[in-house]
Amino acid sequence: MVRLGALAVGLFFCIAVLWGAVQPRDAVPVDPVKEAHQYPEKITWSHNGPGNLGILGTFDRGQLQRGFQVYKEVCSACHGISLVAFRDLSALGYNEAEIKAIAAEYEVPSIDENGEPSTRKATAADKFPPRYANEVAARAAQNGANPPDLSLMTKARPDGTNYVRSLLLGYRDEVPASLKASAPEGLWYNPWFHSVFIAMPPPIAADGQVTYTDGSPQTKDQYAEDVAAFLTWTAEPKLEARKETGVAAVLFLLVMTGFGFLSYRRVWADIKGKKAKA
Amino acid sequence: MSFPWARQYQPTTEFGKFMDSRLPLPRFVYGALGAGYPTPKNLNYFYNFGVLAGVALVIQIITGVVLGMHYAADTRVAFDSVEHIMRDVNGGWMLRYMHAVGASFFFGVVYVHIFRGLYYGSYKPPREVLWMLGLVIFLLMMATAFMGYVLVWGQMSFWGAAVITGLFSALPIVGEAIQTWLLGGFSPDNATLNRFFSLHYLLPFVIFGVIILHVWALHIPGSNNPTGVDVKGPQDTVPFHPYYTAKDFFGLGVYLTIFAAVVFFIPNSLGEPDNYIPANPLSTPAHIVPEWYFWPFYAILRAFTVDFFFIPAKLMGVLAMFAAILLLFFLPWLDTSPVRSNAYRPLNRALFWVFLVVCLVLGVAGGKPAEEPWVRLSQIFTAYYFAHFLIITPLVSRFEKTLPLPSSISEAVLAKYGNGPSSSPGTGVGGAAPQPAE
Repeated sequence: MVRLGALAVGLFFCIAVLWGAVQPRDAVPVDPVKEAHQYPEKITWSHNGPGNLGILGTFDRGQLQRGFQVYKEVCSACHGISLVAFRDLSALGYNEAEIKAIAAEYEVPSIDENGEPSTRKATAADKFPPRYANEVAARAAQNGANPPDLSLMTKARPDGTNYVRSLLLGYRDEVPASLKASAPEGLWYNPWFHSVFIAMPPPIAADGQVTYTDGSPQTKDQYAEDVAAFLTWTAEPKLEARKETGVAAVLFLLVMTGFGFLSYRRVWADIKGKKAKA
Repeated sequence: MSFPWARQYQPTTEFGKFMDSRLPLPRFVYGALGAGYPTPKNLNYFYNFGVLAGVALVIQIITGVVLGMHYAADTRVAFDSVEHIMRDVNGGWMLRYMHAVGASFFFGVVYVHIFRGLYYGSYKPPREVLWMLGLVIFLLMMATAFMGYVLVWGQMSFWGAAVITGLFSALPIVGEAIQTWLLGGFSPDNATLNRFFSLHYLLPFVIFGVIILHVWALHIPGSNNPTGVDVKGPQDTVPFHPYYTAKDFFGLGVYLTIFAAVVFFIPNSLGEPDNYIPANPLSTPAHIVPEWYFWPFYAILRAFTVDFFFIPAKLMGVLAMFAAILLLFFLPWLDTSPVRSNAYRPLNRALFWVFLVVCLVLGVAGGKPAEEPWVRLSQIFTAYYFAHFLIITPLVSRFEKTLPLPSSISEAVLAKYGNGPSSSPGTGVGGAAPQPAE
């Protein structure tokens, strides 16, 4: 009885699903967006460690500071990093006074002595204020686009660090012929963006746009790489602690497992030994 | 419980004797996990995965309880509270990555545990109830994992909640009402998040309760073993402690090492980047996919693309997805072969491996966007999934010629390792059947 029921149910599902499988498929037209879309170029990062495997590695403090400078002078015109607190900047190598000075450049919401809404200078304990008060304000100021917060950007995109760098360097003047007709007005062509047309104007326009004080090359490539590294830190500020703990944890567990194996062998020695003699 | 030659607990201290006549908890543990539980002596490493699953649940509960102290189930702050844990809570990043990766690992070990049961026929009499309790745990795990994923309130959380509760809307007449009832509204919102948090906290303890029943049901007939032959006498068993406690400790060490490597070195490799984007009800992600452990079932859900007579395609998909799990409850009565272990069922063994590959392909297809060739591949392999359990297994168990069974576990073990009189050379490795010595 069970078998007959099973046979009936089995045939029901098999026929239903195979009926779908034998239906002819509509020819899928080649999607010009997919054709044009590019995957991020992989480059070597200090936080990816030996072999660029991502297992070990530490941030390059100088690079993070340069990246922060690029963020401040370029990206922050439109994008916030509202999950990052000013105090977190100590991880970049800034001292307390420097952090205080950086925070003081920003205004955060507050109430004055009469209880009226007001603003005050940010302190180290505050987070970076969002660039716009809300999405409506952002779209009104940005020609209908909503610049996303960048705090988590490198974890919110596949291969995020390389993606940010590739995207920043990915603006192209020549739109492929297949996309010319559908190119939206007012957007820029960038094959690294998922829809290949992006509302953000090329933010890094020329070499020398940001003046570095540490003698690093002032090139578009360097700017893109530095800010991508900085945004990797904003997305994963505990990356170094995580990898350090990981090395200790894995080493401990390997030793523990080794002893576990030895005691397993010892406990079983009499059973396995007897067996062989039996 | 179990066998008459099981060692009995002997309290040695005054306190032990005092407790034993009032609350014999030490006696209970001794009989369940100690020297008082005789266990077949030929269990291989695949038999470690039950204990590993238990440890995985405990890791989830411990990390989850602490995460719950810092998490806020409110749509306005839920996403930021997770980032607060990642950035500002001491060791919060570790707890959260352990919990997120731990869910994946929990499913990983449970899948191995289930397939081990399939291979060695552990669902067969007298272990049907044990098998069904395991399936109940699996269903509870799926519900718990799904609701936990929603708590992050990222894009995949929100749209996953919308899609999965939307499945119920495919049911005729009552469907829409059920979806509204589940969500507490017409779309995922604060009411949804709050009830999911409440249930996500509750269900692991329900799972824990069912695990107690699962272990109880295990201890009545005792563990199955790779030969599938019943324990005949004391020579076939060893006490659980110290033999299997030692083996499980070693297995646990291997598991924790791999777990730690993923948690600390590649914690986001198993997740979707989209879930680091805060939930936005006005922007649908290009590809809504669940976590990897749901992919085979997601592939079955999406495999039904055309209406079947009067049944809409969507409803067919939903029915098939639930049926794919529920049919496993009937497996003990579908596979009627008296031989448990696939070591002695050559045809069924080959079909087991085919089925495993089918599940893996369904898994890959379920993670891809709904495009060719993945849709057609899902359809063919979905058909095989149902055919395997509902048509092929009953037929095979009826007509297959099985290999002769060893007369006891000891004999099979001797044939495999021994150099004594009853051993036969050249057998035993890689699933080859040890030949019985007559």
